[in-house]
Amino acid sequence: MTEKSIIELHELLKKGEITSEDLVKESLQKSHEINDKYHAFVTICDNVTPPITTDSLVSGIPFSVKDNYSTKDVLSTGSSNTLKNYVPFYTATVVQKLFDAGAIMVNKTALDEFGMGGTGTTCHTGPVLNPWDPKRMCAGSSAGSACAVASGVVPFALGSDTGDSIRKPAAYCGIVGYKPTYGMLSRYGLFPFASSLDHCGVLTRSVLDAAIVTDIMKGIDEHDMTSWDSSHIHLQEALTGNIKGKKLFYIKEICDINNYPKATETLKKHLKNFFKTLELLKANGAIVEEVSVDTKLLNAIASVYVVISCAEATSNMSNLTGIIFGPRSDKNNVFDMMKEHRTLGFSPLIKRRFVIGSYVLQKENQERYFNNAARVRRLIVNKMKELFKEYDALILPVSSGPAKKFNEDNDILDDNTSVLEEHLQIGNFGGFPSITIPNGFINDLPVGINITGNCFDDENILNIAYTLESLMPYKGQIAKERKS
Amino acid sequence: MKKQIATIGIEMHCEFKSNSKVFSCAKNAYSEIPNCNIAPLDMAFPGTLPVLNKKCVEDALKISLALNCKQPEYMVFDRKNYYYPDLPKGYQITQMYNPIGINGKIDIEVDDQIIPVYIHDVHLEEDAASLDHFSFTTNIDYNRCGVPLFELVTEPCFHSSKEVSAFLEHIIRIYRYCNVSDADTKKGQIRCDVNVSIADYDALELGTKVETKNVNSIGGVIGTIDYEIKRQTKLKEEGRYNEVIQETRRWDEETKTTKRMRNKIDAIDYKYFVEPNIPKFKITESYLESIKKSIPRLHLERKFNYINNYSLNNYDAEILVKDKEISDYFEECLKLGVDAKSAANWIITQIMGYLNKTNASINDLYLTPKRLKDLINELAKGTISSKQAKEIFIKVIEEKKEVNDFVSKESAQISNKEELTQIIDDILANNPSQIEEYKNGRTNIFDYFVGQVMKQTRGKANPVLTKEILTQRLNNKF
Repeated sequence: MTEKSIIELHELLKKGEITSEDLVKESLQKSHEINDKYHAFVTICDNVTPPITTDSLVSGIPFSVKDNYSTKDVLSTGSSNTLKNYVPFYTATVVQKLFDAGAIMVNKTALDEFGMGGTGTTCHTGPVLNPWDPKRMCAGSSAGSACAVASGVVPFALGSDTGDSIRKPAAYCGIVGYKPTYGMLSRYGLFPFASSLDHCGVLTRSVLDAAIVTDIMKGIDEHDMTSWDSSHIHLQEALTGNIKGKKLFYIKEICDINNYPKATETLKKHLKNFFKTLELLKANGAIVEEVSVDTKLLNAIASVYVVISCAEATSNMSNLTGIIFGPRSDKNNVFDMMKEHRTLGFSPLIKRRFVIGSYVLQKENQERYFNNAARVRRLIVNKMKELFKEYDALILPVSSGPAKKFNEDNDILDDNTSVLEEHLQIGNFGGFPSITIPNGFINDLPVGINITGNCFDDENILNIAYTLESLMPYKGQIAKERKS
Repeated sequence: MKKQIATIGIEMHCEFKSNSKVFSCAKNAYSEIPNCNIAPLDMAFPGTLPVLNKKCVEDALKISLALNCKQPEYMVFDRKNYYYPDLPKGYQITQMYNPIGINGKIDIEVDDQIIPVYIHDVHLEEDAASLDHFSFTTNIDYNRCGVPLFELVTEPCFHSSKEVSAFLEHIIRIYRYCNVSDADTKKGQIRCDVNVSIADYDALELGTKVETKNVNSIGGVIGTIDYEIKRQTKLKEEGRYNEVIQETRRWDEETKTTKRMRNKIDAIDYKYFVEPNIPKFKITESYLESIKKSIPRLHLERKFNYINNYSLNNYDAEILVKDKEISDYFEECLKLGVDAKSAANWIITQIMGYLNKTNASINDLYLTPKRLKDLINELAKGTISSKQAKEIFIKVIEEKKEVNDFVSKESAQISNKEELTQIIDDILANNPSQIEEYKNGRTNIFDYFVGQVMKQTRGKANPVLTKEILTQRLNNKF
């Protein structure tokens, strides 16, 4: 049952053919199975209390929450040892809105520690395995959420996205991943990684479900000054299935196979599949054009991201000292206590990022690194905004192919990583609405395509994704381990 | 001849008034009970976000305008990153790159001289928690964490502790006039960092700057400056000026000296960067205009007005402008047409005396400017004596009645010339020997006769008229 869509479940619940209790029971049972197999969860809420019933579409429906959301009375670790015993006393705004609508949180999902990773391997509970092939990663950081949705444990899960943390795992797991315009969803209660890049978002098995859940969660929040009034936006109603005359562009320097002289067979297949998908759009009345963007700008994306995200992260995580919350060190002075807490608590990957963050913020380096990164960020965003004047959306393949094997990518930020792996960060630089949907398989493993548009244009972007989804057979798909 | 000149710059922190804290919804109030005024943000629980208090921004802009600073186009905040147990977030939200005011200039009065003071910048930030140190433990009280803190940084434009203390008094008065803070040093609402350097009189460059941090009283600031000038001058005169190093010191109240805390090598790199959770917003002209309107006329302007246009002396004018409420009361009297000197006299002697004694506020005083006017009028008309006026003053306040209720016929002053002449003639007839003495040149016996008249009339005789008749009668008898 939990493999169905929100609308289907809602109809069944309304007709009385199933009960919410049965749904929750099934979801919890699957949570345990999936956790044993793929380590997707930090906490499974076995004793979840019966919900309030409302008229909302999500009333009575179980869902997953990434463990970097603050949930009252439920352990919230950020998948970090620094918060391994932390039980918050307040609930994040977006989670609370789902509670108020009657949705039932059945588990908290594992992530790369505080969202700072793209593999799903740095969770304090161990790496999350891909449900299509357990020898492969889900990507991250919303690894557990992607795994839960792809496995059919729940119809939707909350994720967070600072670089591509919702949209890449969605692609690797063959599902939908959507982060709305910056500020449409309140970040109050989301453990911060890099505040100017952090977005809340959702992972689902259909664009419609993503629209339904986001419609419930969005809205201005007095606790988040960067949130804005989106009461005029109705995502679900915007899904008309009509994209006639919509103009999309892709970036030549990213998509043209000739840019990759040493391209693998997988990459060739992936890009070929991408262009095949574009044909579907064209056949349905959309205009798709190739646009050239200065490679200097594109090649800077990864470094800009590293500099800004690490800088903000080192500051954002300065509250993790073990003094007020988290395991407290028993050293006998406060500075030694902080040192021990942080030394033992953080994984090496995070510490490496803190060092980078501190370095680029230092007085003597700040102008050269941090300020320049901010300037280049602005150039990239301006370039995109300029293009969005002419085009409705940017469409690009996600990653260089399907999910990677665990030994293929050790997620130490690598300067040589191609733009293909990093371009989703553009969406975070500009706060653009951005959605990934599945667009095929390579060697029985799902791959994804991403659509990104201008700020506040979420309705348009979702409708394009919705229409494209309807032209392909991957909507609602559930992961099944491939026979290899 | 003095060979050295001291140069001093001040960083003055002041806690501002507001209902809630500057970035959280917790109450902004001092409490004896630790940790009762805190919100999740004040303890930096993961996922909490700052929400800027509009009132604090307006108050900060008010002072920025009052100090003639230039306001930025956008309101932006920055993070100052450092680890300390009184700072749960691990950073303080402050304004490094775009402070709420820069390049201000105000005039202050030092020993009846007007000197200019140059303001480098003013900015809005948050206070840290307070730490209570015991022998083996330290307790953290987060009540103060997130209290709006306003920092004013002067240029190095002072040359003595006297100038600095006059400046601090002046600023405190502005904060109180603008009602942004009680600026009470006893409650720890004011803390200063004091930068002192010395150089030869004719030197073109300043000497080595020594900073003394967190001095929390004006007395402490004066002590710091005087001690530092003495210490640095002595080292210089002994040829040991290289021992004056750029460092951070603290004021030790016990020994009245400054002590080294850390030197420049240990200086912290605060890694400032823009606070991403508070979107920048435009400070419009109309917004500034509306805030400007809420700034009252400040004390120095009022004082000069009283001296130049109402002929008050410097001493009285100074007392009247010390508190805005008193000054407002005085100005209300002027508006009602009360003679400035009479109003000033009544306020300074009777009213302020009464307020001191009863610890009341002039705003709550039943004797409003209107009632004071009535009282002064009756006195001027001669219907009551000044002694009676003082009695009526108390009665009006304590019985909450009108002045007229106490100016009855019975208590009225005897200003009838015939009636008074009759009384005086009777007294003179009964005192022939005193008249004789007066005639023989003991003219101070005159006061004896006045006393007798007052005794006879139980103080109700109009003193001016009494003296007039007495003079006339005594001189006629010669």
